Amino acid sequence: MRARGTTRWNGYVTVVVTALWLQAACARQPAPVAPETSPPPPAATSTTPSPPPPPAPPPVVPTELTPEDEFASRSLEEINRESPLAPAFFVLDSSELDDRGRQVIEANAEVLRRYPSWVVTIEGHCDERGTAEYNLGLGERRALAAQRHLVALGVDMGRVRTVSYGKEFPFDPDHDEDAWAANRRAHFVITAQ
Amino acid sequence: MISMPRFLVFTAFLAGLSVIQVTTTAQPPQPRQRDELSLIIGDRIGTQPSFAVPDCLTLTPDEATAEAARTIAQVLWDDLEFEREFRMIARDTYRTIPVARSLDDLPFDRWQELGADGVISCTVEATSASQIEISARLFSVRSQESAFGVVYSGSNRDVRRYAHQLSDELHRHQRGLTGVARTRIAFVTDRDSQSVLGLVENRAVKEVYFTDYDGANVRRVTVSRSLNTTPAWSPDGRAIGYTSWLSGFPEVIISYLFEGRMTYPANGNANDHNFLPAFSPDGQQIAFMSNRDGNPDLYVVNVDGTEMRRLTNHPMIDTSPTWSPNGLQIAFTSDRTGSPQIFVIGADGTGLRRLTYETYCDRPTWSPPPFNEIAYSSKTGPGHDIKVLDLATNEVRQLTYGLGSNESPSYAPNGRHVAFMSTRGSGLKQIYTIGRDGKGLRRVTSTGNNEMPGWSR
Repeated sequence: MRARGTTRWNGYVTVVVTALWLQAACARQPAPVAPETSPPPPAATSTTPSPPPPPAPPPVVPTELTPEDEFASRSLEEINRESPLAPAFFVLDSSELDDRGRQVIEANAEVLRRYPSWVVTIEGHCDERGTAEYNLGLGERRALAAQRHLVALGVDMGRVRTVSYGKEFPFDPDHDEDAWAANRRAHFVITAQ
Repeated sequence: MISMPRFLVFTAFLAGLSVIQVTTTAQPPQPRQRDELSLIIGDRIGTQPSFAVPDCLTLTPDEATAEAARTIAQVLWDDLEFEREFRMIARDTYRTIPVARSLDDLPFDRWQELGADGVISCTVEATSASQIEISARLFSVRSQESAFGVVYSGSNRDVRRYAHQLSDELHRHQRGLTGVARTRIAFVTDRDSQSVLGLVENRAVKEVYFTDYDGANVRRVTVSRSLNTTPAWSPDGRAIGYTSWLSGFPEVIISYLFEGRMTYPANGNANDHNFLPAFSPDGQQIAFMSNRDGNPDLYVVNVDGTEMRRLTNHPMIDTSPTWSPNGLQIAFTSDRTGSPQIFVIGADGTGLRRLTYETYCDRPTWSPPPFNEIAYSSKTGPGHDIKVLDLATNEVRQLTYGLGSNESPSYAPNGRHVAFMSTRGSGLKQIYTIGRDGKGLRRVTSTGNNEMPGWSR
């Protein structure tokens, strides 16, 4: 719950951060990195929906955005839509990471090291061929396997939550091998910036 | 621990109350005469007595009464057909037999011609704008005697309930059978076509609903805009336990339908997740699956959240618990031997035993007495079928045969029927019921996808 709530608050906060960054960029100052380590107080949101409109920006094109800047200027939803964290896929009825899966999670660990304030939730998903009840456990194990590997790579346990969705939320609704392969995954969602 | 819009959920509960109370207003059956108690119709070994249920006689001339008269007769016919204790004569074959002007004026010769052993005659009378009185009698066509009689009066809002009660009392009286006409089936459905809040992906919510056993009177339980699965009734029928992602993580919630109250007996959090609650037969405990020690294992806790204890401890998956009727054993699914199979363990954690040796088995459901068997879903091809393991003989029989995928069996409280999900036909998931002998298939749902049935006790 807390993670989901944070998602929405941070969406609003990012708007403010973005506005501030734009003003800063206009003044030709180095773009500030905005560390968001803790959720803002709820009061902050009541002011965010109606911020004073920023002065019309002169046509200044900010140059050489670093990846950090790029993500800092986006909402969580935008980041998750083109996520820098790739999913790890599994073979049928298995919750063991294969070499490819481990590589994916090592790359994800690298991203998380670059963004030390990010909190992620790993969703465990299954294809439709197993039963709904058993798949709740299988999805849990897939998420836990990905979590364990991330933690073994040095990512703080407190930044990595898990959730099993069993076969309830397929990414590909088709009923063929490609769809099943796409749906057996540990899926990474950034829940706090 | 959790701050959620619970009030939203309460409103749905309360909406279900008025109908439920209808039955409590129905009068108990009137005392019967001694000779009626002894009259069992069609009491011949090895034969099914044949019954007819003509439309009820209307004692008041309004359209609502006429409608009630038709509904009660049709629902009663369906209820009696469901248990297959009587050979129910199709109702359209006796449309030409005139409805009797009174219960003393039944055309017994016509019923005899039709081959009916018993006729259930009823009258419906509107006693006020909102009240109704229903009188029903079962007659032996041969002796022209009344074998059974009953009078109900109460609200006219859901006349189906009177037919259900009449069916249950007829089964009790004539066959010594506990009917299930007043039971309900909980399930989860995506019929609302809403998306889960706060996610990037467009994911359809699944909410908990319940319906009368025959698919009528569908009621919504959760209004969570979230994922909810695996509903299970408390034995007293006053609560439904289920797995809910309402808080962002999987948690066992018990919703008390009549009190508008929700409890979280497994006390989960963002790290400790809980799934698949199963009430013990006495209603005092729930068994469930949890990851709280780092891996899916089974736990048992009192419904008030006290005395949490671990039941299984194995590095592979243990899940999908179901209690034996005496509460001393729990069957469950485990993949500790490779693929998921059904196991049984004492409720005290001793006496582990493997029950199935098949490709892939899940969702065991222990039958109520007098049967001692476990229904489960078994992978039989691309999909699953419902099978039943007789615990006395170790024999397995199959209830479904490869039409779509068939999963999540749940026993009727009298053990004679199994509800399950099937994708047969359109490919959509629907709830069906079937006899424990594999006969008498009926579809219960039709709107959207509906799955994971839980039959009330």
